[in-house]
Amino acid sequence: MNVQSGKGSEPTDGQQSKAEQQSVVVRFAGDSGDGVQLLGSQFSLETALAGNSLATFPDFPAEIRAPTGTTYGVSAFQINFGSRVIKTAGDQPDVLVAFNPAALKVNHKQVRRGGIVILDSGTFKEKEIKRAEWDSDPRTNGALADVRVIEIDISQQALECAKPFGVSQKEALRTKNIWMLGLVSWMYDHDISGIVESLLKKFGADDPVGKANVAALKAGHAYGEIHEVSGDLGPTHFAAVKQEPGLYRLVSGAEAVSWGLVAGAQLAGLEAVLASYPITPSSPVLHILARLKQFGITTFQAEDEIAACCAALGASFGGKLGITASSGPGIALKTEAIGLGISTELPLVIVNTQRAGPSTGMPTKTEQSDLYLAVWGRNADAPIPVIASRAPGDCFDVAIEAVRLATKYMTPVMILTDGYIANAAEPWKIPSMKDYAPFKVDFRTDPNGYNVFMRDQKTLARPWVKPGTPGMMHRIGGIEKDSLTGNISYADANHQLMTDTRAAKINNIANDIPEQGVELGATKGKLAVVGWGSTFGPINRAVSNMRDKGLDVSHIHIRYVWPLPRNLGALLKSYDKVLVAEMNNGQMLTLLKSQYLIDAKGLLKVSGQPLKIDEVENAIRAQLGA
Amino acid sequence: MNVQVPPQKLTAKDFASDQEVRWCPGCGDYAILKAVQISLANMGAKPENTVFVSGIGCSSRFPYYMATYGFHTIHGRAPAIASGLKIARPELDVWMVTGDGDALSIGGNHMFHVLRRNVDLNILLFNNEIYGLTKGQYSPTSRVGQKSPSTPTGSVDSPANPCSFALGCNARFVARGIDIQAKELGELFSRAREHKGASFIEIIQNCIVYNDGAFSDFAEKAVAADMQIHVKHGQPMIYGKAKNKGLRLNTKTLSIEAVTIGENGVTEADILVHDEKNRVLATLLSSLRPPAFPEVLGVIYCDPAPSYELQVKAQNDAALAKGPGDLDKLLRGGKTWTVAA
Repeated sequence: MNVQSGKGSEPTDGQQSKAEQQSVVVRFAGDSGDGVQLLGSQFSLETALAGNSLATFPDFPAEIRAPTGTTYGVSAFQINFGSRVIKTAGDQPDVLVAFNPAALKVNHKQVRRGGIVILDSGTFKEKEIKRAEWDSDPRTNGALADVRVIEIDISQQALECAKPFGVSQKEALRTKNIWMLGLVSWMYDHDISGIVESLLKKFGADDPVGKANVAALKAGHAYGEIHEVSGDLGPTHFAAVKQEPGLYRLVSGAEAVSWGLVAGAQLAGLEAVLASYPITPSSPVLHILARLKQFGITTFQAEDEIAACCAALGASFGGKLGITASSGPGIALKTEAIGLGISTELPLVIVNTQRAGPSTGMPTKTEQSDLYLAVWGRNADAPIPVIASRAPGDCFDVAIEAVRLATKYMTPVMILTDGYIANAAEPWKIPSMKDYAPFKVDFRTDPNGYNVFMRDQKTLARPWVKPGTPGMMHRIGGIEKDSLTGNISYADANHQLMTDTRAAKINNIANDIPEQGVELGATKGKLAVVGWGSTFGPINRAVSNMRDKGLDVSHIHIRYVWPLPRNLGALLKSYDKVLVAEMNNGQMLTLLKSQYLIDAKGLLKVSGQPLKIDEVENAIRAQLGA
Repeated sequence: MNVQVPPQKLTAKDFASDQEVRWCPGCGDYAILKAVQISLANMGAKPENTVFVSGIGCSSRFPYYMATYGFHTIHGRAPAIASGLKIARPELDVWMVTGDGDALSIGGNHMFHVLRRNVDLNILLFNNEIYGLTKGQYSPTSRVGQKSPSTPTGSVDSPANPCSFALGCNARFVARGIDIQAKELGELFSRAREHKGASFIEIIQNCIVYNDGAFSDFAEKAVAADMQIHVKHGQPMIYGKAKNKGLRLNTKTLSIEAVTIGENGVTEADILVHDEKNRVLATLLSSLRPPAFPEVLGVIYCDPAPSYELQVKAQNDAALAKGPGDLDKLLRGGKTWTVAA
């Protein structure tokens, strides 16, 4: 049996032969305390070190430690990897590892027909089965008829391995994930010596828990070899993918955006203050930057989202780069302060890691439904630039660009990422800072001829003056101000002028950003699939597949959500049809329709799960009648 | 030869901006503005190193009238914006102007946190017990029964006491003054500026339009001596026209009593001596209100502790002392691998 031949790997319907032996989708699922995320990230690292292409999807509940064995406490980690270029975490798992009945209950329907399910039989006791909301034992009730089931008493294996080291039963059972890491490492022919080293380093060579983990890892690895299942499971070796030469690492979106903000601040010649309030899935940005004080980064955990945005703006007033990071509900709270940033024309970078909503919604699930909030979600006419990142590594460049625009145009800028991008990791070719052109901020220190709201004729930005500069004392505020002096002004013509100028300043940025390109396909034709943000992978793969089948379809992916690239309208009008694929109820669709009066259609999905290649392909076929 | 030219001493005028002041004629804010300008000049403050941050409300127009740096922000958020500024630029002299609604209603949360964090700001809360700019609604410091457009039959909620609130937030400097007492205010401003950490001053301020005379029972000149006590560290808490009234601790009920020296066997030895470092005493003093007690004015509590922004700076400096960060090195930290050409 060949586990690599399914449609669950990236290639889809009608393309199975092409996919053979090229990639596989593995999903690990267990209790949120089972260490599934650690297992997934360790396995991802091994995969990357083996030179494979990969994409990951950590999929976990909001509950930190939900009651053991419940369906709502199930945490999962999916990885798609292989010897071809991987663009998504995979539509359907080829292999599901279920550490308990609940993990099986939540995930078994996703496994492709003919796929493999490895389950920990040690947890399939009557009580656990019942708690997982199975009416009867799924191993015998026909629920798994379409898949091949491999039962291993992993719990028992882990206990046996740990016995010689005198660790508690609880600690012994916690090595289950490492045991499984050993088995999957064997299945995909990975070298485990690096993990042994890192385990010993983490726990210390003499620590009994560390020894138990190493023993579990080795036992899992050996299990594949010595048991009869070996014929079914592998080992399968994926050759290294041809990649651009260079130095690589794994990077998550949260890391890349944080480091990009540091890079942007350096390029601007500024120190930065990140003020944030903890919120899922944005908090890692605060955690990462809190450890980067040596880069001139100060972090401030504010009392709430409003205070976070206000403190960041206060820092910008002081001549440092103010940054605030949050997610939808938090961004909603910041809107008034963002308006103050717009009115006073101060730089501010706002990172919005979108999640499923409205309200609290599904904090750990992904969505792209804050586009309206980003572009239009403030009182009055209050435009700001909005840039969306398409993948984890891309967050680095997007963050630098946000800092460039914020400082050059004296404006708040919003970065849109999402829960998927923030948590997922991908191999990333590490950039060199010498390849980035600096955009050093020029603070005004000359009082001669200075007016608070005088403007650079090209950018329409007002000068940035640091408090502490002699002879340039001035006052700013949220009240409408005279277009030159900045003094309070309620004059009717002045308000019209200021409103128009604020809009013109942001619209003008369209002349300072690249024209919209086409990712795949021709610049005109029958159909353009338009995406933005984290849907890049599935759209790109689906368009590529459909083009291989001879369909006339192109992929356009928007990075600059506001202002839109200056050529976008003409570009979209050069296609007979436009399909906007996004994880919301039609927000980019509405934006494009309103801007260009085009009859675009939407492929809209809001399930908290990433878009699937299959779904995009079906929509393309439907549009083209193919 | 280098001749050191002493910098010209600035006057109050040097701290006044060219903007026309737009408070109502007779508003208590004028007196406070003047007192601040005089004090800054007296203290030798540099206009370019001085920043006034405010929220929204009548009092929050204050920065526009100062020839310093200024930021008129949004309702209730001045503490957060001023905190961000002070964290970014600890060397600046940052003042915050707010009102009873701005500070204790919409901005109550921020006020709590700026005080407990002990950010080195000089916070002036103008308390007129009313919303002025929105035309006279009752405020969180209005007394029960306050009639206003939003409470035509009288307010029913219990008022907040700003100084008690500040002490409850663990503020390390708490003082109270009255708008018309310029000299005393000047002393408070000077103490507040010297104090490193959050300095909280409640300034009793008369709103001539919507709440005129709200404080006449103790602020009027005619009753001031008997209805006000100006506390000073190390001095007995004696007041009154005849200097024969005082505050005494009843140790049985753990409360303060207003007593008259020479009556009922009370002697000067019974009178409490003010200790501005005593938080328990400060808590008792801040809660005394007329008419049963005199209004307690002056520095009620001052017990410095390390300020927030300097501790943050110390951590930043310690990290930088190990050498500035190398971004290329950071990006290459952890597991990496090379793809050969």
